[in-house]
Amino acid sequence: MNVTRGFAGRPRVRNDGLPPGQYDARDDWPVLSAEVTPELAASEWTFTVDGLVAEERTWTWDEAHALPPSAYEGDIHCVTSWSKFGVRFAGVSLDAFLDLARPAAEATHAVAYSHTGYTTNLPLADLTGGRAWIVWEYGDEPLPAEHGGPARLIVPHLYFWKSAKWIAGIRLLDHDEPGFWEQNGYHHRGDPWEEQRYSGD
Amino acid sequence: MSDAPAGPAPATRFAVPGRIAVSNRAAGTWQRATLTEIRRETPHAATFRFAVPAWAGHLPGQHLMLRLRAEDGYVAQRHYSIASPPDDEGHVELTLDHVDGGEVSGWFHTVAKPGDEVELRGPLSGFFAWPGDRPALLIGAGSGVVPLMSMIRHHRARNLTVPLRLLVSARGPEELIYASEYGAETTTVFTRSAPEGVAVGRVAAAHVARLLADPPEGGWEAYVCGSNGFAEHASRLLVAAGQPVDRIRIERFG
Repeated sequence: MNVTRGFAGRPRVRNDGLPPGQYDARDDWPVLSAEVTPELAASEWTFTVDGLVAEERTWTWDEAHALPPSAYEGDIHCVTSWSKFGVRFAGVSLDAFLDLARPAAEATHAVAYSHTGYTTNLPLADLTGGRAWIVWEYGDEPLPAEHGGPARLIVPHLYFWKSAKWIAGIRLLDHDEPGFWEQNGYHHRGDPWEEQRYSGD
Repeated sequence: MSDAPAGPAPATRFAVPGRIAVSNRAAGTWQRATLTEIRRETPHAATFRFAVPAWAGHLPGQHLMLRLRAEDGYVAQRHYSIASPPDDEGHVELTLDHVDGGEVSGWFHTVAKPGDEVELRGPLSGFFAWPGDRPALLIGAGSGVVPLMSMIRHHRARNLTVPLRLLVSARGPEELIYASEYGAETTTVFTRSAPEGVAVGRVAAAHVARLLADPPEGGWEAYVCGSNGFAEHASRLLVAAGQPVDRIRIERFG
């Protein structure tokens, strides 16, 4: 592309943690959900693993909190170009839930679905091996409702629309099924380091 | 439960579908756009008109991605809502706030002049699109009115008869974008200052009740656009007034 006349841009900071096309949002944490923020009490929240599993399982708030705690400390990247460094989310590794439900051998993909009906699709391999969590704390505080509280999925190595807010469940499938944004032109996988923003990227 | 239907998700209240199919090819291709005109809207916002000869067309409510490149190769890209209606062929217009310290909006407001070239890709996302088919309630604040104005302009350009109502909030009359373009479909709300005799305050339940009054057969689609704080406030008022959650689309700026 051509140089834009007279465009200097902000001062360059070398930041190896910043994927291509992203900028550091610093203290900002934009909210970009497309739906009305639900009024969902912790006592009403449940999390289910279903589809191609040996045993479909549903956890209440208290049952989920009885699983071994696990936290993510690192960076998150939004497709709208902001990244946020050094965040901490605490909850339970998704592996702990999947291990109890026991995915079938033929399960290759998953759809994460929210209590609002929001959906997003992921390869199962992106959800296992300590790379995905169900979280209810941000910093040391309860996760705010507009950021997905009482509990959300986080899959921080992918663009953050994959990290479904108000998570209700994970359905395991033997094929890929596009979720909400994926049906609206966004990339099926969303790897920020490959800049997979839109279909065809 | 391998014998269960493997649908993507259980039926829920929010199953807001995209309104249109999105062209993946258009979304994936960067195109050159030439700035042809700059129009001041308010002290902090201006409209930038571009010639984009290969523009694939868009629907009101869609956005695009724009990028600028510095001499050392540094690239800054941003998403912006499209202000112009679809029938303005080969052109798109964006209305941009001059964001404090904003590297892209700062360039547009202080450096850009007609003849400059930038790059665009889009249109993007069908979620917030309004094809002009269903009755719609539009609620916007500040530059959140931009994608809604594309809908108003489309409605007028096509002489559509489907009901369309707009509630627009601005700090004061001098901050109201597109002030001269509003008609009988629009109610304005001023939050900081207003002409004599006009109330000052934020969007309230009474405004939303009037907006929802006399619903058309089949009800309304609601489109809300603005800051997250405004979107939260306005969407809660809509829900409280009885608008179904699955018929509220929200575009939050951030």
